[in-house]
Amino acid sequence: MLIEKHKDKIATILKRYPEKRAALLPLLWLSQEEQGYLSEAAMKEIAGLLGLTPPQVYETVTFYTMLNRQPIGKHHIQVCRSLMCALVGTEQLLGWIHAKLGIKPGQTTPDGLFTLSLVECLASCGTGPMMQVNDDYYEQLTQEKVNRILDDLKREGKCPLATGPFMFPLPEEVKR
Amino acid sequence: MPKHELLLLKNMSQPGYTGSLADYERAGGYQALRKVLGKIAPADIIEMVKKSGLRGRGGAGFPTGVKWSFIPKDHPGPRYLICNADESEPGTFKDRQLMERDPHQMIEGMILAAYAISAHTAYIYIRGEFVLGAKILENALAEAYRAGYLGPNILRSGFALDIYMHRGAGAYICGEETALLESLEGKRGLPRIKPPFPATHGLFKLPTVVNNVETLANVPHIVNRGSEWFASIGSPPKSTGTRIFCLSGHVKRPGNYEVPMGITFREMIYDIAGGMRGDKPLKAFIPGGASATFMIPEHLDVKMDFDSVAQAGSMLGSGGVTVMEEGTCMVWAAENLLHFFNHESCGKCTPCREGSLWLLQILRRIDHGKGKMDDLATLLRLCGNIAGRTVCAFGDAEIAPITSTLQYFRDEYEAHIREQGCPFRPQPARELITVGH
Repeated sequence: MLIEKHKDKIATILKRYPEKRAALLPLLWLSQEEQGYLSEAAMKEIAGLLGLTPPQVYETVTFYTMLNRQPIGKHHIQVCRSLMCALVGTEQLLGWIHAKLGIKPGQTTPDGLFTLSLVECLASCGTGPMMQVNDDYYEQLTQEKVNRILDDLKREGKCPLATGPFMFPLPEEVKR
Repeated sequence: MPKHELLLLKNMSQPGYTGSLADYERAGGYQALRKVLGKIAPADIIEMVKKSGLRGRGGAGFPTGVKWSFIPKDHPGPRYLICNADESEPGTFKDRQLMERDPHQMIEGMILAAYAISAHTAYIYIRGEFVLGAKILENALAEAYRAGYLGPNILRSGFALDIYMHRGAGAYICGEETALLESLEGKRGLPRIKPPFPATHGLFKLPTVVNNVETLANVPHIVNRGSEWFASIGSPPKSTGTRIFCLSGHVKRPGNYEVPMGITFREMIYDIAGGMRGDKPLKAFIPGGASATFMIPEHLDVKMDFDSVAQAGSMLGSGGVTVMEEGTCMVWAAENLLHFFNHESCGKCTPCREGSLWLLQILRRIDHGKGKMDDLATLLRLCGNIAGRTVCAFGDAEIAPITSTLQYFRDEYEAHIREQGCPFRPQPARELITVGH
């Protein structure tokens, strides 16, 4: 259970807020990072911790797209479908992912490694088409890059093409 | 000021600048804080920011100093400062860069703002997807605590401030300041009816100021160089300072560009962003994020300041400029944006919740060749029943793509209906993106 494993962390989080309920999102994050999703048992435990009813936790969870109520693939591919990315190739990107993994938005590969979702704007509009895989952004994608990223993720669990601290364009690229 | 002197992007544009505390201090960082703490009264800082003319960079453009002055001075209990780092307006990606490349600039701005309103607790509400940004800010906050810029007795001035990170979890509406407050309190992010305003009844019903990342990053510069200097940049008196514009779409060089407000869209798109990427001419552009109405080539000489864009019928908004070339289907573009708005409508107000889905269904029908001429009147009637009838500005935002594309490109809608399909693009290409709705 969360409370036994993360006693100190939970105490630190609770101290940040004068009202307990404000700690709800931080605790949900803690739980999701632990399990990959939010089980009913986890939501009930958090409700108990914060003096809330389970429905109060559940109604909050269902509002936020990043909180998963069921297990998903190990690598969650989230492709931005909003206009700015769509103008420069969301459809192609979906085609490249489909060619490589055989999945469409909403599907998971049979080995459980990849789940593909369409999401709205991720604040990467100048560097589309792009996707977020778990915590990492991958931008200015091409078919070659997508193949390499998916290969790397499958083999190593990570890929060096993930964007670091963001700056675009880089100073050396700016012609003023 | 020379036309292209950078303020907010200056440090990070230096070779080798990492955004660490040491780098920031070497570049003159935290000097504004030293100048202020124990030496200048909070009320004078508010006055200074008022005089600078700084307006909010999140979208609404409300004068920052005025917002701070609304905090009741005689309020006995705690008050809060919140940095709105929920950057989610489609077309906007500047705050992400400010946070990840120069976090201390924003943190110093937060400390100054908290001092001005006498807040001792501040939160950074950052969108859940910015995992890297949250890590970078956590590290920067830890550095600031160690150096004595945060904590119970900042620079031995007696002023105390704690700043905490608070991650969102995927909801565009939480960038709306009262929805943000609800979300921070651990609830669904539903905007509150105003009044009362956050200045008196904000976080935990206490006086609260919510400022955008870029807004706060400007504060140290104003303190360092004075309000008169700041007020001389841009298009005074109503649009002072620089803006970071986020260029996206069909330009040669998309990206974040900081310029004094008041240059024209033509200069921005054709000089700074390198012009159109292919040989096709410009067809339309969105001047300030997805919530702003579309503009067309005849608006290219409009100045990029609050008033000029408003006079041209749109808004400078969040600074996200999206450029579309000839051949881009405007029905498809509006449909894409309505998909966004329908997905992100929080559901509180009926006109927005039901209206956004209805609008989307009609647009999809037209785009897929099943529209009727009557649909165009229905679209406009629906838009008229949403505008101004919702708790927050989201309702007005969601109709912007439709009213403006219908105003400028009505013939295109009619062509879709007449020809029973999109005259620009073949249908099969849209198969994958329609899956998974």
